[in-house]
Amino acid sequence: MDNENFGLAKSFSSAPVLSISPHTNFSQKEQTDIEHELNEQVGTTGEYVSEGFCFKLAPGQDQIGFMRSLKEKAPKLTDFAKGTTTLAFEFQEGVLVAVDARATMGAFISSNNVRKVIEINDFLLGTMAGGAADCMFWEKYVAMQCRVYELRNGEKPSVAMASMMLASIMRQYRGQGLSMGTMFTGSDKTGASLYYIDNDATRVKGRLFAVGSGGTFAYGVLDTNYRYDMSLDEAVNLGIRAITSATFKDSASGGVVRIYHVTNHGKWNLIHDAIDVSELHYQFEQNKGHTGRGNEGKPNKYL
Amino acid sequence: MDLENYTNVNIFKKVYEKREVSSIHNVVEQPHHLLKDNTQHAKGGFNPYVNNQGTTVAIAGKDFVLVAADTRISQGFNILSRDYSRTTKLTDQCVITSGGMVADIETLHKLLIAKVKTYQRQFKKTPTVESLAQLLGNTLYGRRFMPYYAFNLLCGIDQNGQGSVYGYDAIGSWDKLTYGVQGSGSELGAPILDNQFVGHNYLVKTLPDDVSVVEDTGKDIINSIAERDIYTGDQVEIVIVDKNGIRVKREPIRRD
Repeated sequence: MDNENFGLAKSFSSAPVLSISPHTNFSQKEQTDIEHELNEQVGTTGEYVSEGFCFKLAPGQDQIGFMRSLKEKAPKLTDFAKGTTTLAFEFQEGVLVAVDARATMGAFISSNNVRKVIEINDFLLGTMAGGAADCMFWEKYVAMQCRVYELRNGEKPSVAMASMMLASIMRQYRGQGLSMGTMFTGSDKTGASLYYIDNDATRVKGRLFAVGSGGTFAYGVLDTNYRYDMSLDEAVNLGIRAITSATFKDSASGGVVRIYHVTNHGKWNLIHDAIDVSELHYQFEQNKGHTGRGNEGKPNKYL
Repeated sequence: MDLENYTNVNIFKKVYEKREVSSIHNVVEQPHHLLKDNTQHAKGGFNPYVNNQGTTVAIAGKDFVLVAADTRISQGFNILSRDYSRTTKLTDQCVITSGGMVADIETLHKLLIAKVKTYQRQFKKTPTVESLAQLLGNTLYGRRFMPYYAFNLLCGIDQNGQGSVYGYDAIGSWDKLTYGVQGSGSELGAPILDNQFVGHNYLVKTLPDDVSVVEDTGKDIINSIAERDIYTGDQVEIVIVDKNGIRVKREPIRRD
């Protein structure tokens, strides 16, 4: 090879990897011992500095106490999207992800059309439960880290590794008030895989998960009908059925059903973007021979 | 190390000097909060938040976006101002409008204006609404552990000339909407908007798409909220963003 630049474009940065990487605090090691002494004497320095982020903290010593009492201090501020039903399961053709679309603030429905599946990149998906901002921000951050990994190493990171990145972040901020319950799915060389990650830094690989207030109802439908050797059509129908049942019984879930399929060949597909659950309910009840209005059998006695 | 470096003052100096050179992200502000006095507060702890309320509505049209907001700010049952503008121009094609705490709203708006200017100098172009949407999301999330008490709507004309509205929660989760309402009257305004701009509860409904019709509807909505929400009133401020730029007008509504 006579090309000294290994075929790279001239515009390609020849800067050392460390100086273009997002890890801007790589000189931290020299500081730690001095900082330690400093912290003993005057407390924290008031900011989180990690991996290029610099989060402003509340003044004073009791940061965790501040975060815990935010609800009384600023009503509405932390009152975002709590109820939800999200589910995902592995089957022979990959992973199926099904979610509802309701966001609530207490009893108020702030939206019935929320996107609870975060399209991290073309081979990773994350579901959203708990704090919407925490899920959105950190999963986008993982997308960035995945891209950096790809550029450095010339291959995509495995799903195990990408999920570990997110779990490590959750470990770093544990107890600081982040709220996240996500099913992290994706497809790599070994096919599709599924992880559950939450804000306690739990990271579990599994075949079937349902997360959120409607999750218990979804589990009921899923566990009775789940088989590993389902076809894609059967899996999609099961996903729709489970979400519809959950939204019927759990008032914090509702809106529309969205279905994603993660294939075994390194990408995901959007199967259904929005199916109205109130239409689905009547459809399912009519298939049973009911009206869907709950007036079968003994006539109701009013008054 | 010589003994001089072990006095408190020198340790301070050393760390701050080091931090300043090590990274742009490690900028440390004046350590005022490290002073003992600032950490001791009355019962209930340190509380920087107060809700000054107010309502804002934004509606995206085919080639325009309309903001209708009230101009009242309150503290408890007291009215502090009757002509406060809660909408700020960011670029010629983009405005931000917010409800919540006035101090935080103003800080946030000023910060965004500064960020827009930095962007213009750095990239020699004006940021698009899409870019600003992501920027605002990240700005809000940057205060995850001491959030801005501001509920925002970012409104503008996108690159295709279409009107777009982005809705946010206080810590930076965001989504693209066709219309949005934020602030104290959001619970009252949301059903009216659904009814008028999606056609919920109608069998046949022609949705308004003309600027003047949307403007009247927006005014009506703020007016209706003012009838039932004590924190909304005084004036309705209409901001229309289209390809010709930004127009502002105000009309009085009930002041009680």
